[in-house]
Amino acid sequence: MPRITVTVDGIRYEEDVEPRLLLVHFLRDRLGKTGTPIGCDTSNCGACTVLLDGKSVKSCSVLAVQADGCDVVTIEGLAPGNGQMHPLQRAFHEEHALQCGYCTPGMVMAALDLLRENPDPSEEEIRHGLEGNLCRCTGYCNIVRAVRRGAQEMGQAQEAGQEVRTP
Amino acid sequence: MIPAQFDYVRASSLEEATQALAADEDAKVIAGGQSLLPLLRLRLAYPSTLVDIGRLPELRGVQDRGDHVFIGALTTHDEVMRDPVLAAECPLVAMGAATVADPAVRHRGTFGGSLAHADPAGDLPAVILALDGVMVTTRREIPAAEFFVDYLESAMEPDEILTGVRIPKLGEGWGYHYEKFHRTAQAWAIVGVAAAVRRSDGAVAEARIGLTNMGPTPLRASATEAALAGAELGDAVRQACEQAAEGTSPPSDLHGQADYRRHLAQVLTRRAVLAAAGAH
Amino acid sequence: MTEELDAGMVAQRIAESDQVSEPSPNGEVGRRRRRKEDARLLTGRTQWTDNIQLPGMLYVQFLRSPMAHARITRVDVSAARELPGVVAAFSGQDLASEQGSLPCAWPVTEDIAIPEHPPMAVSEVRYVGEAVACVVATDRYRAADALEAIEVDYEPLPPVLDMNDALAEGAPKVHETGNKAYTWKFAQGDMEAALRDAPVRIDRTYIQQRLIPSAMEPRAVVATTDGETFTMWSATQIPHILRVMLALTTGIPEHKLRVIAPDVGGGFGSKLQVTAEEVVCLLLTKRLGKPVKWTESRSEGNLTVHHGRDQIQHITIAAESDGRIRGVRVELLVDMGAYLMLVTPGIPLLGAFMYNGIYKMDAYDFTCTGVFTTKMPTDAYRGAGRPEATYAIERAMDELAAELNMDPVEVRRRNWIKHEEFPYTTIAGLTYDSGNYEAATDKALALFGYDKLRAEQADRRDRRDPVQLGIGVSTYTEMCGLAPSRVLGSLSYGAGGWEHGSVRVLPTGKVEVVTGSSAHGQGHETAWSQLVADALGVPFEDVSVLHGDTAISHRGMDTYGSRSLVVGGMAVLSACEKVKEKARKIAAHTLECSPEDVEFSQGVFRVKGTGAQKTIQELALAAFAAHDLPEGMEPRLDADATLDPENFSFPHGTHLCAVEVDTETGHVKIRSYVAVDDVGRVVNPLIVEGQVHGGIAQGIAQALYEEAVYDAEGNLLTSTMADYLLPSAADLPDFVTDRTETPATSNPLGVKGVGEAGTIASTPAVVNAIVDALRPHGVHDIQMPCTPERIWRALRERAQA
Repeated sequence: MPRITVTVDGIRYEEDVEPRLLLVHFLRDRLGKTGTPIGCDTSNCGACTVLLDGKSVKSCSVLAVQADGCDVVTIEGLAPGNGQMHPLQRAFHEEHALQCGYCTPGMVMAALDLLRENPDPSEEEIRHGLEGNLCRCTGYCNIVRAVRRGAQEMGQAQEAGQEVRTP
Repeated sequence: MIPAQFDYVRASSLEEATQALAADEDAKVIAGGQSLLPLLRLRLAYPSTLVDIGRLPELRGVQDRGDHVFIGALTTHDEVMRDPVLAAECPLVAMGAATVADPAVRHRGTFGGSLAHADPAGDLPAVILALDGVMVTTRREIPAAEFFVDYLESAMEPDEILTGVRIPKLGEGWGYHYEKFHRTAQAWAIVGVAAAVRRSDGAVAEARIGLTNMGPTPLRASATEAALAGAELGDAVRQACEQAAEGTSPPSDLHGQADYRRHLAQVLTRRAVLAAAGAH
Repeated sequence: MTEELDAGMVAQRIAESDQVSEPSPNGEVGRRRRRKEDARLLTGRTQWTDNIQLPGMLYVQFLRSPMAHARITRVDVSAARELPGVVAAFSGQDLASEQGSLPCAWPVTEDIAIPEHPPMAVSEVRYVGEAVACVVATDRYRAADALEAIEVDYEPLPPVLDMNDALAEGAPKVHETGNKAYTWKFAQGDMEAALRDAPVRIDRTYIQQRLIPSAMEPRAVVATTDGETFTMWSATQIPHILRVMLALTTGIPEHKLRVIAPDVGGGFGSKLQVTAEEVVCLLLTKRLGKPVKWTESRSEGNLTVHHGRDQIQHITIAAESDGRIRGVRVELLVDMGAYLMLVTPGIPLLGAFMYNGIYKMDAYDFTCTGVFTTKMPTDAYRGAGRPEATYAIERAMDELAAELNMDPVEVRRRNWIKHEEFPYTTIAGLTYDSGNYEAATDKALALFGYDKLRAEQADRRDRRDPVQLGIGVSTYTEMCGLAPSRVLGSLSYGAGGWEHGSVRVLPTGKVEVVTGSSAHGQGHETAWSQLVADALGVPFEDVSVLHGDTAISHRGMDTYGSRSLVVGGMAVLSACEKVKEKARKIAAHTLECSPEDVEFSQGVFRVKGTGAQKTIQELALAAFAAHDLPEGMEPRLDADATLDPENFSFPHGTHLCAVEVDTETGHVKIRSYVAVDDVGRVVNPLIVEGQVHGGIAQGIAQALYEEAVYDAEGNLLTSTMADYLLPSAADLPDFVTDRTETPATSNPLGVKGVGEAGTIASTPAVVNAIVDALRPHGVHDIQMPCTPERIWRALRERAQA
């Protein structure tokens, strides 16, 4: 069994894995990082989106062995801790951009990636940037609003010299 | 769902990868894995070994090589759509790559992987065919017109690896457009049309048109290309594009019947040509 | 557009009707409270069923039939049992003596055929995906591998896929009793006379395609036992009903069984079910003495989560030439699929009283026949019966308008119940307690810019623009707040429609609320906190809401049918009233006055005319200490309430949709969408808007994208999300939503429910818009989903004709 070394949310793990082990099962079943859920088997829904070396990927469509030596950030690694939330998480809360919450981890990670590439996206750009993440509850209206709000607040936080995780 | 078991070889060189492929007839190459992983998970593919070529840096990146641009097979769709050389010299490639799946898939999925997968519903095969790209493999060079053999089947041998694609520069005066028709943003193209058009004096001087999902392989709309030479923008272009489905054999499936695809090919070809010619 | 609706009139009417209530200054009800649920969901600390991990956990996978209809002649699981990591493997036959039959709780007629439904097939399979065997292994990967070692021999039987074919003489039978499950009729008034006398008659057939509910969280089950008691976690909407049904099905005594619905990732009716997997997991933990977990994959779920809709609807309207409706006749064929699941046969009947919509008429005639086919059973899906009814009547109203060359809004206006006519008993026998269709419609028209869009439409038609504009209207009502138990009884449903709530004020003055509603995204923890904060005068933050665990919430009827606030929330409010009365007695005793002299306001009990007072927190501590309570009073400040609603509630609204239809490709783009809903008094506008947004999106998805497709052999072609198309953010527009408010009279708060409204209203609005765009081309219908190809074919057929 190959041995891999992966840093997840700032912690380095060394694990022996079956080659076929999906990254998302590695996160959930091996590391107990169940914040990242699974919604489909064809990489359509995006619920399992994480950042792999700073870019969004669908962790159900990456083998754990492919992530060897990489840095993974999940929804669990986003908030600074002590009960605080990341500005984008806060924006989702403020704009009521989640209902059942199952798509939310992936949606937030995908939105974070979108804002990395485009810190001030239009509604149209947000809608297209999130085309790989399905939500069945919200009709997306409030998600779009939350991403715009998150963009503003991340910008303001950065101007104020606060650390905002933008991997 | 969960993939069946397989062995795994992470190649540290192309030679090692080739040897691993030659040693096991049921071995398969994995790069980004964005086409392969869903097939493995649905247990529609049972490779005995996966040969991972994803860590060969020499296969990654876009190079300007004078009369052509070379795109390394491991260059991701995301890198292709943002590459300044391609934006300047072969924008049609970037346009095609930008429509592949969604951002997360484009971060992992590779240019070479999409072509080697030889899915006629993929967006890039038609683009490369239209541009007369040349596939560079570990053994030889294969013109795009000879590369796509059948549905999900390329001209490569089982132990042959696509290392990159040479795309000839068309030079000045060309316009480009990729017109993708699908029902939802992340759905596969029902039909797609890749058009490169050289315009001269209000008319089309020359056109190259690749068709997505109009047969078991990507196809060129040859009759339309011929009819477009010298066609005035307007009725002449319209008439030329009515031949876009000639020689095609589109599938009838869940997402569209063959006659609808033929009709779409005509309409979308006209739109792609006019857009490429800057008429829209 | 009628002249009475000039802009000034519209503005005036809106001003008159715009009585959307504002929260009182210190009130919680009406506030846009951000949700208490969000923090854990946003930071990945959620407890989905698949997240639950117990020591020694084993993993279950099911082998499923690849045949739509076949006799099982052999199942051999022995090779699977030999594989490393495999603990057990069973065929349906192995469990036959104990697995029982999955329940159907709604025998809608006396003579209904309810076939045996073994959780794992024993002798015959009747749809692709039906479980035939299972394996239990030490991890999910090995369990998946072991499925491939199971051998099954099938003797093919003919599939039965089309409802009309299924009912034909000599058709192959799905069950020995035949392919008809039941026929249910309702009639009121003289339909024959209406048909005979009315000069205008609209006859239409509409297809409600089969849908896959597609909650984002796939189903999952964890079951464990200590040898005597059993605990099940399930991604379910109905932990309470599930517990009763599992006890009845498996023989495990109800008091030895605890069911927990932890965080549940959406349901939309699909998790209103007692599933084969739940039953089998319980039997497996019983047999093996170990905790077991089963988690479905999406492609497995598309095959085996119950499907929705799937009806052929014949609707006839008899009308006068001025557009007034005389009568409506409806004949339905409804695809039950292969078996009757929990409420399968009753789903279309939830629409039986709704085909008359918001309109007045003299006669109504409804017939529904349930048909067996060799497909996945159908059951509740968001709206359940009411979207189908609304679709048929709202589509047919547009056809009536077209027939009479009348504006579709005007034809509705001529028929709807006027606001001064409420309460109004409809031809279907329901009493609509309140509503104002004029107000909602006028507001929607103004927000939409109806006249301007009609002008643009005319211009595009004149120019023969290849992109045509269409405008669709849908004026809906629905019955929700399921349901008065006596009504459910009269419809032969197997249970009541009450709900339970408990409120306990803890010694420190904090409040625990226990609800029988079982949230899976609706925000009950937030909304119930708002209700209780107002009722008891305690801070919003001081209220916790507990739910979804039969050991904590021991009594409940769960969440579906837009019932939670209207029934469950009102039960909580009723418990609050009891708590208040008890606190009043303690206050009076402490303050040495009579209870009648104690006033309550914002958490404080005051003696009239004096400064003496006690806060509810002080009284809670007094109850806990119990040093000096009124004679005979038990030392606790809490109360229970079980509330049976006296009537349904009837939200209504007007939705308007503008579409651009590319007549060359058939592509539809939604240009704008306006929804004005009247859901009565609103507890949390933020949550209401979210429910409306999501409902609209799901209704649009039925109109444009979604369809479960089986091939001629009965294989599901849309088994993955690559083929079953759900819209993403890029495929939908922003929605303009607003409200009017006529409080319900059937509950003290005046609430009506909102969970299904958007889905019910939006589907006909979109299809009416598409047909409106195409009408000048001679097209009068497009079958859902209105794919570009269907639109192109319709246009081509008309052009060739």
